[in-house]
Amino acid sequence: MSGVTPEGALPPTPSQTVGPYFSFGLEWDDGPFAVPEGTPGAIRLEGRLFDGLGHPVKDALIETWQADPDGRFAHPDDPRGAVEWDSFRGFARVPVDDDGHWSILTLKPGPVPGPRGSIQAPHVAVSVLARGVLTRLATRIYFGDEEEANAADPVLSSLRGGEAERRTLIAVAVEGGYRLDIHLQGPDETVFFAI
Amino acid sequence: MATHGNNEVDDKGEGGTREHRHAVERRAEPGAVSPLWAGPGEGLIVPGYRRDHEKVDPPGDFPAYRGTISRHPKRPLVPIPDMLTEVTGPLLGEDRVGESDHDLTVDAAGGEAQGQKMLLHGRVLDGDGRPIRNTLVEIWQANAAGRYWHAWDNHPAPLDPHFEGVGRCMTDDQGRYRFITIRPGSYPWGNHFNAWRPAHIHFSLFGRAFTQRLVTQMYFPGDPMFDHDPIFNSVREAADRARLIANFDWEATTPEWALGYRFDIVLRGRESTPFEEQDS
Repeated sequence: MSGVTPEGALPPTPSQTVGPYFSFGLEWDDGPFAVPEGTPGAIRLEGRLFDGLGHPVKDALIETWQADPDGRFAHPDDPRGAVEWDSFRGFARVPVDDDGHWSILTLKPGPVPGPRGSIQAPHVAVSVLARGVLTRLATRIYFGDEEEANAADPVLSSLRGGEAERRTLIAVAVEGGYRLDIHLQGPDETVFFAI
Repeated sequence: MATHGNNEVDDKGEGGTREHRHAVERRAEPGAVSPLWAGPGEGLIVPGYRRDHEKVDPPGDFPAYRGTISRHPKRPLVPIPDMLTEVTGPLLGEDRVGESDHDLTVDAAGGEAQGQKMLLHGRVLDGDGRPIRNTLVEIWQANAAGRYWHAWDNHPAPLDPHFEGVGRCMTDDQGRYRFITIRPGSYPWGNHFNAWRPAHIHFSLFGRAFTQRLVTQMYFPGDPMFDHDPIFNSVREAADRARLIANFDWEATTPEWALGYRFDIVLRGRESTPFEEQDS
């Protein structure tokens, strides 16, 4: 890790809020679909977004990025090589609705290798962009029916807050998919990561 | 190839057979001390990104911008190293971009937008000055009167039926992008008494990794609202704020047609590793 821009290198452009009026610019018709509707094995991943007062956030964009069901990425920087999974984009984006509800259609990711020979449990990386959020917030969604894998996951097991913190990252199985609410602040505040 | 040490992952770029992955899984030690922060030479090493963005990005809690008050996490962010999910990301292609999506000044029916036409261009680079090629750039903005094409914007300024205010393009092999648009107006907002945003254009960038994702705003030189805007001033250092301001570009200014502005965007650079030199 280094927080310093090395000499001769360029410091990054700072972040600014996405603001309240992004939807006409960033909403895509196929945004919520990491896989097309009707794809065998597709799951719905959904939840609601809340602020510190417990109110639903209605001007936010949720984005997701994840491995395919084999734990592979269609990306050249994966040292195992890039692998395409038919009609799977790996990425979804969806604005929340007036009740703070968001929902995407995707495939359940497979486990992904982690540091020191560890295996990361199936997980989805999430970005939260919203009015009042000056810099993108990054979190993860894990799956409640992967107890064994979650217990061995290097990220989940590194959390000092133990079960109370882990719980904020683990979606529960519901009919057709999984559900997890995201809390920007408050007693159930979601764990957000510095990445 | 940035693999090293235990060879959990093959380095031929063709690995990932199911048998191989099972062999990987057996090495996991449930209940063991967290292996999250691997030292050099310990297992799968992926190319990480520098964390110098932490110094330039605004804090989550910036009460002068009232929207942050109930929307910033109060617990510190938990640092995690760059792992496979973080160093990869969506490589969105040309299929996201229509032929005239870079020109915001003409609508589908050929109607022309009102306002001061501008040619907005620049490069998308990483922190080492390398161009980020073939990456999606998305912009959105208010019209010349300071009104957004959005149902919630009730600023009593006129909508322009010929200006939606959305643009998309891909960078070329030099990392260059180019839009034709109009200069947006300032608009009032409810943050404090007599609050007006400096004129700005929103930018969304993906780079090539989840870690590089950036959403930001571009401003115009000499805007009188700079001193009064908490969003602009949420970036702590003046030198960092200055990098959110486009430069007037005489060379790109086109006679009888449009003013030129240049705005370069820098996404986080790679953490250097000993393997990089060896492999390049």
